[in-house]
Amino acid sequence: MADKYVGKRVKRTEDPRLIKGLAHYVDDIGLPGTLHVAFVRSMYAHARITGIDTSEALKVPGVVAVYTGKDIATKIGPVPCAAALPDLKVPDYRVLATDKVLFVGHPIAAVVATDKYAARDAAEILYPGVELEELPAVVSIIDGVPTTPVIHEHFGDNIAYKLTSGEGDIEAAMKAADRIVKQKMIHQRLAPIAMEPRGVLARYFPGEEELTVWSSTQIPHLLRTQLALMIGIPENKLRVITPEVGGGFGSKLNVYAEEALLGWISMQLGKPVKWIESRRENVAATIHGRAQVGTVEVGIKNDGTITGLRYNVVADLGAYHQLLTPAIPTLTGLMLSGAYKIPAIQMNVTGVFTNKMSTDAYRGAGRPEATYVVERVMDVIARELNLDPIEVRRKNFPKADEFPFHTATGLDYDSGDYEAALKKALDLSGYQKLREEQKKARDNGKLIGIGLSSYVEICALGPSQAMPAGGWESATVRIEPTGKVTVLTGASPHGQGQETSFAQIAADEVGVDLNDVTVIHGDTGIVQYGIGTFGSRATAVGGTAVLIAIHKLKEKAAKIAAHMMQCDASRLSFEAGCYSKQEAAAAAVTGKSEPVVPVGEGPAGALHEVPTPTNGRNKITIQEIALAAHIAKELPPDTEPGLSATYFFEPKNFTFPFGTHICVVEIDKDTGETKIIKYVAVDDCGKVINPLLVDGQVHGGIVQSIGQALYEEVVYDEQGQLVTGELMDYALPRASQMPWFDTDRTETPSPVNPLGVKGVGEAGTIGATPAIVNAVVDALSPYGVKHLDMPVRPEAVWRIIRAPEG
Amino acid sequence: MKQAISINVNGVDYPGEVEPRMLLVHYLRDVLGLTGTHVGCETSICGACTILIDGQAVKSCTMFAVQADGSNVTTIEGLAANGNLHPVQEGFWECHGLQCGYCTPGMIMTSTQIIDRNPDPSREEIRHGLEGNLCRCTGYQHIVEAVEYAAKKASA
Ligand code: FES
Ligand code: FES
Repeated sequence: MADKYVGKRVKRTEDPRLIKGLAHYVDDIGLPGTLHVAFVRSMYAHARITGIDTSEALKVPGVVAVYTGKDIATKIGPVPCAAALPDLKVPDYRVLATDKVLFVGHPIAAVVATDKYAARDAAEILYPGVELEELPAVVSIIDGVPTTPVIHEHFGDNIAYKLTSGEGDIEAAMKAADRIVKQKMIHQRLAPIAMEPRGVLARYFPGEEELTVWSSTQIPHLLRTQLALMIGIPENKLRVITPEVGGGFGSKLNVYAEEALLGWISMQLGKPVKWIESRRENVAATIHGRAQVGTVEVGIKNDGTITGLRYNVVADLGAYHQLLTPAIPTLTGLMLSGAYKIPAIQMNVTGVFTNKMSTDAYRGAGRPEATYVVERVMDVIARELNLDPIEVRRKNFPKADEFPFHTATGLDYDSGDYEAALKKALDLSGYQKLREEQKKARDNGKLIGIGLSSYVEICALGPSQAMPAGGWESATVRIEPTGKVTVLTGASPHGQGQETSFAQIAADEVGVDLNDVTVIHGDTGIVQYGIGTFGSRATAVGGTAVLIAIHKLKEKAAKIAAHMMQCDASRLSFEAGCYSKQEAAAAAVTGKSEPVVPVGEGPAGALHEVPTPTNGRNKITIQEIALAAHIAKELPPDTEPGLSATYFFEPKNFTFPFGTHICVVEIDKDTGETKIIKYVAVDDCGKVINPLLVDGQVHGGIVQSIGQALYEEVVYDEQGQLVTGELMDYALPRASQMPWFDTDRTETPSPVNPLGVKGVGEAGTIGATPAIVNAVVDALSPYGVKHLDMPVRPEAVWRIIRAPEG
Repeated sequence: MKQAISINVNGVDYPGEVEPRMLLVHYLRDVLGLTGTHVGCETSICGACTILIDGQAVKSCTMFAVQADGSNVTTIEGLAANGNLHPVQEGFWECHGLQCGYCTPGMIMTSTQIIDRNPDPSREEIRHGLEGNLCRCTGYQHIVEAVEYAAKKASA
């Protein structure tokens, strides 16, 4: 592959439609005669439904239908959970509440009307018609598993599952330690808040018996399969289209009640129906993330060597299981080794039901929790032993030559050089100088803190063995008769830029101009089955599928080329989209020709010089071959016409990106406010296809980390009332609060895929949070502060500063 | 009862009749079909719905269509003059100032006002100017660079 595009800062091909306001998100699609749906949702966290009177709502002009849980309880299957854990309790999650409401925002009824104002009016008019008998709610997990009341009575308690994971003899490891460091940590509940809320448009054609569902989702094919099962329509009569998707961050990696309901309602009424989530609904009834409370215990030697780590954690799952809810804390267990050699690790997790929205995969999904635990406790250890936090980390790093590296969480880290990333970050930040400045500032009464985090994350999810519904990804690559290259990917990007990065891979590999490649995704009517975009997998798994599909396609193209030029395929070389017949002797002498690449292998060697033509045609472009393959008059015997190839790539392992982030904060003594004054991020995501996109992912991820560290929290009060139900109350990071990021990279290719890429979508969200909190704790260390829980609000800091001495 | 209004949008006069409670953003999107203006919060927080009314950046989710009667509105669709990208649009493309693109129309409209008011804004001034616009994807840095790019380009 000639790297004309790969590795370069290529501007995105998806941008023109977006910057002109001409792109289509779900709500931008208008179908004639569309009906609008509004939901009546519970305002209580826990209540019994004793009656619903829909008569007033039905009188509102424009109202076409009202559906309640009782009407449809048996007609639509339950909201699915794909996570399989031993002895997992799975509540029956109906698309509308039937007997009880279990969280604020729980849908009770759906109102259908001719316009959205009428639908919302009717929903408001209906609400007083819902008779609810309020019950006490299960809310906080701060003090352990809440026992009463029991939310799902037939389960007998609020425990959804208990699980122990890890390897090594943890008891022996703890005994071997000189001392044990222990720290309780809270990972507060967060809301993903994609700027585009969810939205669904469904249209049923009664004659054709076909249903099309447009949904703002990250997983069109998985959604199709699940919706087909829920609604009871044959899967091949259901088409899911994801138009432009305005951010997901895991919140759209799910199957939601509303998606099934809209499809079903369209089938009942024979008309298109649309529902666009309001932001209030989005905060209440789209999945949340994190929500773990745990205590970490680490056995250490006096020189800082870790002997073992135990993490006892309670995970707040919410009232029901969404698609992956119970599985998220298991990812925390997988990553508890962090960037370190820890001989024995044990996680004991208890997943509990609460009267809140379900938690599920929010950017990072279980790994930020693990990284926070490990990177935060490294600083606690450093303080305990009076060592530099860097030394403690270095002491426990595996060396670059120890990879693949087996962890006591059962993983095999693919490749890494943690010291290199750390060193680069230290150099880039001028760490020594920073420490000197900090000292001076402290002497002048200023509160400056420096924090770092050396993280590892698990990406490219993943081998199918480790995934609930397939971990591969698919690609079809076609060269059309006119020579245009079409890439169909099963990944479903929603902002990450794979229309560009996959086109870069394809353009280089096929040897055409970037503008000749179109990447199509997110339409189950057009694209072969795929898994979707999440878990930093699209490029590592989906991009590899594109690459190998092209290798397959080129094998065939080479055969046709050889036939057309009447030579043996072994005498062909390929460069810049053109097959050339090479004189055997010349090839042998120069030895520089790029051989035709067999399936599954990367390109080899540098490019050759084009040989002098002898007789007949000596060169033929792949685009000419595409035309010939479609006209099919000049094909070798037994050759299928057409020029396309499909490949489903199954990775053999995950990938493990890593890096070091360094954060410097200054705390305002008068207000307790934390300001980040310097931020350095050195990330290693393996080979980079497009540095521009990687920077964008890193920046965005860090800002979500800053949000968690300093601002964001979904707050429910003791009654389970959602207090942060709008963006007026849920504090998202703003431009004026964010620092400048100095980013750099090290590049350790992954051996797991031929592109050598690892993935970068979640690095910032995983790596940054502990660096920020470590910096704040460091700044407040003169006050004896050893740990602070997130979000570190100004008030808490102010109280520490103001507390009387001693 | 419907009320007659006339709004000039992107240089075209649109006379029409609307319910007094219809939000301006819904009028633009659902009646005029200009779906480039987005809704992200409905509470004046996110800025996804930002448009220009008589040259001023305004959040169209918290304004009624009738309140815009007689005014000149510019939406994202009207920004590229004769098919040429506005310097701010160019900046967003050049500097990777967008990912999912949902906040982008609002961000771009606000950014035009920033450089309109201050042709040579500092990074801090740009960030301050963007305070009413939320982006969940980019981390803002590339947006700041996009506005810097546009400011340079516009004054060149
Ligand atoms: S939709 Fe208008 S400010 Fe958010
Ligand atoms: S680009 Fe996605 S919200 Fe800004």
